Order: sequence, then structure tokens, then C-alpha cells
Amino acid sequence: MSMIRQDAKAPGHLAVLHPMRLHASALPLAERMFNLWTFTALILALAAFLIAPAFAQDATPDDRSIVAILLEWTPTLAGGFAFNVLISILSMAIGTVLGVILGVLQVSPISPIRSIAWLITQFFRNSPWLVLLFYCILLIPFQIEIGDTTIPFPGWIKATIGLSLPVMAYMSEYMRGAILSIPTGQWESAESLGFSRRQIMVNVILPQTVKRVLPSWMNLYAVLTMATPLVSIIGISDVMTLTRAALSAEGRVDLLIPMYLYILCWFFIYCYPISAATRRFERRFAVNT
Amino acid sequence: MELANTLIDWLRPDWFLNLVVFSDNYYRDRYLAGLVTKIQLSVLSIFFSLIVGIIGAAVQGAPSRTLRVLVGAFVAFFRNTPPLVQLYFFFFAIGTVLRITGENGLPQPLVSNFGWAVIALSLFAGALNTEIFRAGIEAVPRSTVEAAEALGYTRLQIYREIVLPLAIRISLPALGTNLVNLVKTTTLAYAIAVPELLYVSAQIWSEDLNVREMMNVLLVSYVGLVAVLVWVLHRWEKALRIPGYGE
Repeated sequence: MSMIRQDAKAPGHLAVLHPMRLHASALPLAERMFNLWTFTALILALAAFLIAPAFAQDATPDDRSIVAILLEWTPTLAGGFAFNVLISILSMAIGTVLGVILGVLQVSPISPIRSIAWLITQFFRNSPWLVLLFYCILLIPFQIEIGDTTIPFPGWIKATIGLSLPVMAYMSEYMRGAILSIPTGQWESAESLGFSRRQIMVNVILPQTVKRVLPSWMNLYAVLTMATPLVSIIGISDVMTLTRAALSAEGRVDLLIPMYLYILCWFFIYCYPISAATRRFERRFAVNT
Repeated sequence: MELANTLIDWLRPDWFLNLVVFSDNYYRDRYLAGLVTKIQLSVLSIFFSLIVGIIGAAVQGAPSRTLRVLVGAFVAFFRNTPPLVQLYFFFFAIGTVLRITGENGLPQPLVSNFGWAVIALSLFAGALNTEIFRAGIEAVPRSTVEAAEALGYTRLQIYREIVLPLAIRISLPALGTNLVNLVKTTTLAYAIAVPELLYVSAQIWSEDLNVREMMNVLLVSYVGLVAVLVWVLHRWEKALRIPGYGE
């Protein structure tokens, strides 16, 4: 009773203006029975039903728990993962340097240079990473002889070069976009101060592009890191190779799902902070560009 | 000098005139079969990834908090893990466990490797599509939705007939980039022995030892496929353009 009196006193607090509320008891039985939770439970039960026989028939005398096995393999896998990170950092370094150069060439005033740079960028941007990796692995000689010195090219260096090619192309495209987004006034005022074109590019334009390119660059690094397991396909021993070796060494069917999920989590823990930071940068820099 | 000779050897155009893959019937048929598998794989993955994206984006706008968190977790997880490991997870882990007893009494996989490739790639690209569509839906003016509400549309009708058509048009450029990426990512199916373009090429070059030639044919085919997709998307974007939006 007091509620109604209060409602009546406060202007604008009429019951009819409030959003309609559904009470649990008011729902019909059918809707209380067949909601999302029931559905999820049913799916889980079905999955368990399908999966259970596989567990039962492969019960081995080996009674170590799955967590113990995962922990046992962790140092080996960590070594493999560190190798993946190393490859990603090297490819990123090579790709960034080449990409910046190619991006600057894409806005060159000389038309043939511009076209060639554009063609290279589009070509490497539109070919699949795996095909480029195959290209580098199979077609780069395993060593180059210049004069008396022999430069060896082991597989992992070829793979690093192969991964840096698409990075170069993406970086080139980001740089072109960033350079073109700098106001023309910057070019004109630098020109009027007597800077040469080269000086304008290095001292005025490129420093300003850093802020604009940074979010894309970080995202590219995350994408590159997620592409590094590809090197396992072309026969370089990385975290994926080690995982599969570990799985065949253990030979337990019930280990398959936890082990692959474990590796997925490793990558997630490495890449998620990068993409979260990217989003934060994007939001912060979006204000004053 | 050695280097210069190698370079000239690379650029020598005679392989272009005498491609085994076009002159030899056996290799040509296999290559074309690979191309067809590749196109099937791409089209199916694109189709299902769009469906995953539309459903995911719809659920992210749902009133239920649990659902939103679940879809958010799905998107974050699939965006930040390597597609290859996802594919392995589906094919080797779930695919090994998920077996049914066949007619001859032996356990058989429930889903073929082609099927797993479609599932894994659709989920991977679908997670990105969810983000893209969500951004598109957020860009639809609130007043348009309110106007539809005032006209008595239900939530589902608003989503299907007002929000989605506008959101798809807004998110087309980002969607195009993602779909091109998806077509490039279908190469990963090589890892689980789906006989697509890269796989048949690898078979051909290990039989005929014409690595350089096949490599070039392969790269040109891929660039061609991607170019076709880019062209289709461009046409689509033009056809769907809303007068007064953009430009």
C-alpha cells in the first residue's frame, strides 16, 4: 500500500511507465523447461555420450593424471614456444624494415618506382602465407657462395624470410596509408623551410606516421605470431612439432584434447594482451589524429 | 657470377611455354580437381563463417548477459589463437575422439577431413565476422531502430529487416578483407591432407620434380582466385551502396 502512495507522490514514477517485468513463476512450464541451460546440458550430455566410449576402451595401465603429463612436457613445449617467438620477432624486424622502405617507395614521385612497389605489395599481400613459405623453403638455396665466403641458409632462416615477406607487404600498405593521411600542409611548410624531399620524409613525415601505424603494427605482430606454427608443416621443429611428438610418445587418446587446448592457451596468453593493448591504443590515438 | 647465373636461370621464360601441368592430361586433371576442391572449401567456409558471424553478432546484442559473455569469450579465443592449431585441435583431437562404429565394425571418423577444415575455418573466420558485424550494427543509427520499434516491429523483425541490411552494408569493406584472408587461410587444409590446390601441387612436384614451375603456377592461381573474390566483393559493394552514405 505504501509503495503505491510513494509512486503516486513522485512525478513520473507511474507503474505503467516502468518496463514490463516477467516473473519466473509467470513463465509457462514449457519455457522454464526448454531454455538455453537445458539445451546446453543436453548438448554436453550428448557429447559425453559420444566421447565416453573412446575413453573407456583406451584406458591404459598408465595411471598418471592428465595434469601431471602436461606439466611433465611443459619445459619441452616452452622451448618450442620460445623458438616460435624468436622466429616471429626476427620476421617482424625484417618485415618492418623492408615494409617501411617499400611503403615510402609507394608514394615516390617517380611513377615506375611507384608502380613496381605497388605491384610487389599487392602480390605478397594477396598470396597465402603457407605458399610463400613453401616458395622460400624450396627455392632459396641452402647456401650462397660469394667469393670465398659461404653463407649457409638453414631451414629456419628460410622460414623466417618466408614469414617476413607478407609482413613486409602489409607494413608497406599501412605505411602508404599513414603517409597519405599526413596533411599536405606538413609537406608544404617543410618545403618552404628549405628541406629536401628526403629530409622531409625522414625528419618530418615518418616520425608522424609512427603513431598512426603503431596499432596496425601491433596487430600484425599478433597475426604473425599466430602464423608461426605454419613452419611445422614445412618440416621445421617448433612447438607444434614437439606437441605432436609428445602426443605420439604418450600414445593416449584422452590426452589429445587437453594437450591441444593447452597449446591453444599458450598462444592465447601470448597474443591476447597484444590485441587488448592494440584496441586501447586505437581508442586513445583515434581522438587526435 | 654464380649469383647472376642463378638469377638469369630464374628469370628464363622457357618454363612458361612448356608447363607440364597444362600439357600432361594426368597432371592437368589432378590440378583441376584440386582447384575445384579449393573453390568448394572456400565457398562453404565463407557461407558458414557469415552465418556464424550473423548469429554471433545477434547474440551479442541480446539482453542475456550470460550469452553475451559466452560469445565474447568465443570471439576472443578464436581471434587470438593460431588457425593451424585450431585445425589440428578439431581434426586430431576432437576428430579422433568423435568416432562411430561403421558397418564393418571398425571405428570410423564422424566427420571427414574436408568437413573439419570447413568447421575450423568457419569458426575462425566467423569469430572475426562477429566482431565486424557487431561494429556494423553499432553504427546503425539508434533512431532508425526506435522508429521501427514505434511501427510495432518485433525484436527479430527489426534485426532481420532493418538493422542487418544496414549493418551489412556498413561492414562490407572490413568483411571483404576478412573473406580474402579466409580464402588465403584455406591453404591450411593442406596440413590435414585435404586435396586442395597446394596439396595436389605438392604431389605433382614430388612426382615430376618440377618444383619451380608448379610453385609459380600455384602462386598465379592463388593470386587469380583472390582477384576474382576481390572483384566480386567490389561489385557487391557497389550494388548495395546506400545513396547518401559514404563518398
